[in-house]
Amino acid sequence: MALTSDYRKREESITFSAEPAGQGETHELLTLNIGPHHPATHGVLRLIATLEGEVVRDIKPIIGYVHTGIEKTAEQKSYWKVIPVIERMDYLSYYFNAMAFCGAVETLLDVEVPPRAQYLRVIHLELNRIASHLFWLATGALDLGAISIFWYCLREREMIMDLFEMSSGQRMHTRYFQVGGVVEDIPRGFPAKLRKFLDVMPSRADQYADVLENNQIAFERLHGVCPLDEETLLKIGVTGPLLRAAGNPWDLRKAAPYSSYENFDFKIPVGTVGDNYDRFRVRLAEIYESVKIVSQALEGLPEGPFITTDRKVALPPRHELATSMEALIHHFKLVTEGFRVPTGEAYYPIEGPRGELGCFVRADGSAKPARVHMRDPSFVNLQALAPMVRGAYIADMIATLAMLDPILGGIDR
Amino acid sequence: MPDATGLELTAHELREADSGSILGTEFHRGRATLLANAEHVVTVLSTLQNKGYTFLASLHGCDYYPEEPRLGVLYELLDMKNVDRITVKARVPVDEPRIASVVELFPGANHPEREVYDMFGVVFEGHPDLRRILMPEDYEGFPQRRDFPVGGEAVLFTYNEQTSYGKWH
Repeated sequence: MALTSDYRKREESITFSAEPAGQGETHELLTLNIGPHHPATHGVLRLIATLEGEVVRDIKPIIGYVHTGIEKTAEQKSYWKVIPVIERMDYLSYYFNAMAFCGAVETLLDVEVPPRAQYLRVIHLELNRIASHLFWLATGALDLGAISIFWYCLREREMIMDLFEMSSGQRMHTRYFQVGGVVEDIPRGFPAKLRKFLDVMPSRADQYADVLENNQIAFERLHGVCPLDEETLLKIGVTGPLLRAAGNPWDLRKAAPYSSYENFDFKIPVGTVGDNYDRFRVRLAEIYESVKIVSQALEGLPEGPFITTDRKVALPPRHELATSMEALIHHFKLVTEGFRVPTGEAYYPIEGPRGELGCFVRADGSAKPARVHMRDPSFVNLQALAPMVRGAYIADMIATLAMLDPILGGIDR
Repeated sequence: MPDATGLELTAHELREADSGSILGTEFHRGRATLLANAEHVVTVLSTLQNKGYTFLASLHGCDYYPEEPRLGVLYELLDMKNVDRITVKARVPVDEPRIASVVELFPGANHPEREVYDMFGVVFEGHPDLRRILMPEDYEGFPQRRDFPVGGEAVLFTYNEQTSYGKWH
């Protein structure tokens, strides 16, 4: 008897006031280390979180754990041998890395890329964008606790990987783009297989939206969580889907078209408030737009050479080597020394899956670049994490990190 | 991109506002570059920011060895309204690599400036938190400089951990 009455008394003494926690002498801040090896940090990212109870007051990202010095390595290699190492920076968007580098070198060389090569590039870039977004959705939903969607997304990503394997022999880091064009024409059977993928992809994307949006838990963990306004994002230098989620339709494919993007009819999805839900929706909508671009590029694929005919830059075709001395000389020269690039500097920005991916190349007249720098969008976008999550719960911080989509290979290079 | 004439006009305007701020211009393959005096870089960038180049797309370093002054800091500015890019390049000598930080103007310059410091040793004065970012904190030297050798560090494996001059003994 005495026990229950005491319980009631204690129960009554509890106050449910909404006073802010962490004020006064009884509360203190906790500094928590998250990572570098943690499944929710999307790679080897370390976060020093200052917590007050469950609320994040500040966060400091610490990076550099997968720094491999690719920019330094690139200075030791002839231009065409730089492509494979530079593809390994942002390991989910390898075609984009290669495109930015090849574009910068082509600008310095003043080489014309044939239209067929430009279209083939667009097909592979947009397929890569879909693959990258699928991987983001798969792992991002995993962080929200939705495991089943992971397998669905990777199922479709597998179809893209098979297409890449078909055109270049590799599933990742394909080295398909060359300075002046692409390494090979697409094989017979590629268009049919690609069409099969394009037919199935939009309905699969509908299913992802249904799985996540009709799930109240997933929806509420995204909706209204950690918004950041357009002005702050622009000050920090954020580009890509994160900026578009806040309502700014900045997309280099439309603003400053490269590789004949001006020939395609597509829309730029934008959000309104820039919360996690908008970030999710914008990327999902981009998958549909990329499907539209790929199908247009496939239908309108022009005939002609797939790489520039400038023999000083691109290898001569194999059959010429047996009959032409000149071709043999060019082949020997390109394989041993590579081509020389006239002195100059170029900065070539493209729209990667995570934002503006710009490659700066300085040529000093030799066959090796004097400086290669990649402006990786993840590296800049990561600075927006702290303003996004200040004042949010730690679980929402994990969800926001997932929606930020940082790729540590690109951040650390 | 502004064309060659537009670049000269911009350079002239900047010189009018602050004489001695612009040392020259470069126009190569459609890319406009202003060579700025390293001491005036903040005024140059804030003038350009007021002109509409409000977005700092990229900030990176470059070593111009053997030219002097050796190190370069490049600011890739972007005018989103007119879709126009301009590059500001400031050169600093390797024995006195100091330049003012632009974090006040562009908060997004924080990480890139730390990277340039890390890789080239350029000290950004006024930077709120100038530490190494990609290399380990106790690392010595600035690896992206052209005179920094490749392969100078022994990699420790189990077979050479006793003989190599690593940190482990």
